[in-house]
Amino acid sequence: MTTVEERLLPSAEPVQLIDQNGVRHEHPQYRLPADEVLVDGYAQLVKGRRINDQAGALVRQGRLAVYPSSHGQEACQVAATMVLREDDWLFPTYRDTVSIISRGVDPIETLTLLRGDWHSGYDPYEHKVAPQATPLATQLVHAVGVAHAARLKGEDTVVMALCGDGGTSEGDFHEALNFAAVFKAPVVFFIQNNEYAISVPLARQTVAPSLAHKGIGYGVPGERADGNDLAGLLAVLGQAVAKARAGEGPQLVEAHTYRVQAHTNADDATRYRNEAEVTPWLERDPIKRLDAYLSEQGLLDDNAKQAAESAAEQAADELRVGLMEDVSPDPADLFRYLHTTQTSQIKEQAAFLQDELAREEA
Amino acid sequence: MTHVKLTMAQALNQALRDAMRADETVLMFGEDVGALGGVFRITDGLTAEFGEDRCFDTPLAESGIVGMAVGLAMNGMRPVVEMQFDAFGYPAFEQVVSHVAKMRNRTRGKVRLPIVIRTPYAGGIGGVEHHCDSSESYYAHTPGLTVVAPATVADAYTLLRRAIEFPDPVIFLEPKKLYWAKEEVDLTEDQPGIGQAVVRREGADATLIAYGPTVPVAMEAAHVAAAEGRQLQVVDLRSLVPFDDEAVCAAVRSTGRAVVVAEASGFASVSSEIVARVTERCFHSLAAPIRRVTGFDIPYPPPMLERYHLPSVDRILDAVDDLQWEDS
Ligand SMILES: Cc1ncc(C[n+]2csc(CCOP(=O)(O)OP(=O)(O)O)c2C)c(N)n1
Ligand SMILES: [Mg+2]
Repeated sequence: MTTVEERLLPSAEPVQLIDQNGVRHEHPQYRLPADEVLVDGYAQLVKGRRINDQAGALVRQGRLAVYPSSHGQEACQVAATMVLREDDWLFPTYRDTVSIISRGVDPIETLTLLRGDWHSGYDPYEHKVAPQATPLATQLVHAVGVAHAARLKGEDTVVMALCGDGGTSEGDFHEALNFAAVFKAPVVFFIQNNEYAISVPLARQTVAPSLAHKGIGYGVPGERADGNDLAGLLAVLGQAVAKARAGEGPQLVEAHTYRVQAHTNADDATRYRNEAEVTPWLERDPIKRLDAYLSEQGLLDDNAKQAAESAAEQAADELRVGLMEDVSPDPADLFRYLHTTQTSQIKEQAAFLQDELAREEA
Repeated sequence: MTHVKLTMAQALNQALRDAMRADETVLMFGEDVGALGGVFRITDGLTAEFGEDRCFDTPLAESGIVGMAVGLAMNGMRPVVEMQFDAFGYPAFEQVVSHVAKMRNRTRGKVRLPIVIRTPYAGGIGGVEHHCDSSESYYAHTPGLTVVAPATVADAYTLLRRAIEFPDPVIFLEPKKLYWAKEEVDLTEDQPGIGQAVVRREGADATLIAYGPTVPVAMEAAHVAAAEGRQLQVVDLRSLVPFDDEAVCAAVRSTGRAVVVAEASGFASVSSEIVARVTERCFHSLAAPIRRVTGFDIPYPPPMLERYHLPSVDRILDAVDDLQWEDS
């Protein structure tokens, strides 16, 4: 019999398998992922970084309305999907563009929301990715429902539900954990603790020893990992997914990472933090350390690196070309999807707009 | 005091500053209102001037923010809270509807809640999903709430000062797209208070009734109409609850025709209430049914489609043209 403490308490320190210098560390509970997994992960990180930076540039060129970047958080973004099976679900937020793309969703469809031609651009059922949630933590309760339905249908699907550190203060975060626990729903709640909710530091969200500790009150096991160590994240999230799939109920994972850039392009981070705080985090970069480790092990030669970089460049090109194309969303769409059967009022309003546009053209 | 040129954002900031100087029980809190000064900078510099106890960031939870405001108000404080965007006020809806609005009534007036809930409101700024809602009808429909929406820089200052001094809870709706609108103002000049509508432009032919973000659009429409030979009167409601029946009806009676202009969806809304009230009171003065130009009954559109949704000068003028002029 394990004690309550053993079952629920997170590790004393965030799990780390490769440190910021690329040095490997043994961990009593977690094993280093296979070489080929890490090499593949490396390529995905490089691509994720390139997508983030390209999207940032596209905002400056006026092709996106706004972009909340996950620059520096790519290990979390990529690990969240790498540990999933095709039939599992992902519940992302506005910041999780890279995660959604690494799940296989078309990049242009992914960026529809942030380009501003529609509220969500992809079919959630195609890759089992829920629409990105902006109202914080609200998606977590939906994740519980999807997971519970899977159980009722006898499927062993797992749901990966993403959330930020700030989002853990919302009531829905707590309701989701409790519901998931009571119904033993196979959800992995994955918090990317990047230290900030816009300008508000973590210290204003909680005085708990860690966000992973928040599971205890609901009977949900918590674990924490170095959010910039892809190897550690894959091990921790992989185990959480396996436990959820095996019927052990929901799992809570907190990744310690950092929002290297401002909240979005519209934010001015100099108003609430100084460079001295940011600099050490650049040293903890997820790509740099994996590069160092894999190179040291002889697993990543110049050719492999070049291949990763040109794949990333190609992804960035696709993004650029796709978003440079002008789109003109159909105003009639405003009325098309509201109800299964269009109400007479909506029909009337659609006709009104159509008539107005026809007169404008004439 | 002399005239100064201010944006609406600066006027709101000044109102908070002056209110906090005048009364030390006034507290300002919410998300990102401290060091950052709010995502729209309305609380800029308040923590620096008044300290962490007076202007502070809370954990990220709107229900918590409003719920705590209830308790603070019960115990002698005057909380002013900021909901970061209109649609992010929804987690607090339970507190607003079940407690903020009802406390005074259920305690027979013993517990009063002088709370101001400030909300950057409505659209026209190209915001993505959940950043451009017009939620005034939910609040106006809830008995016990006072609902205010300034449309000018001078009103932003005066109405916020009055809202903070008000003995009961006020939902204070700040039209986002007007935050950067500049005006020459004298802040010491007395403006009408909460509950009073004003005529912004005189005109004998028809009355445009607007509030918040649609007031400048109505003014522009009146300007264009004048060039075409039609004189439109513009009424700025300023306060949705209490509603100034007297001023609005007097205005409509003077022209006999009216168009209500609002960004919010028209169905079961403040705009439908206005039509109903004015019709009930002024039926025999009306030469035509009152028309409405509102947002469609749809979720607020994505940035690239918002222009089709928002009340425009052309739509207002079309509605005016429809007021059965040939019959009169
Ligand atoms: C219910 C709700 N309140 C407020 C906001 C406005 N808002 C958007 S992002 C954000 C900060 C969220 O911080 P965190 O959860 O840590 O995620 P991060 O942005 O750091 O990824 C806030 C306050 C929102 N989207 N939803
Ligand atoms: Mg955060």
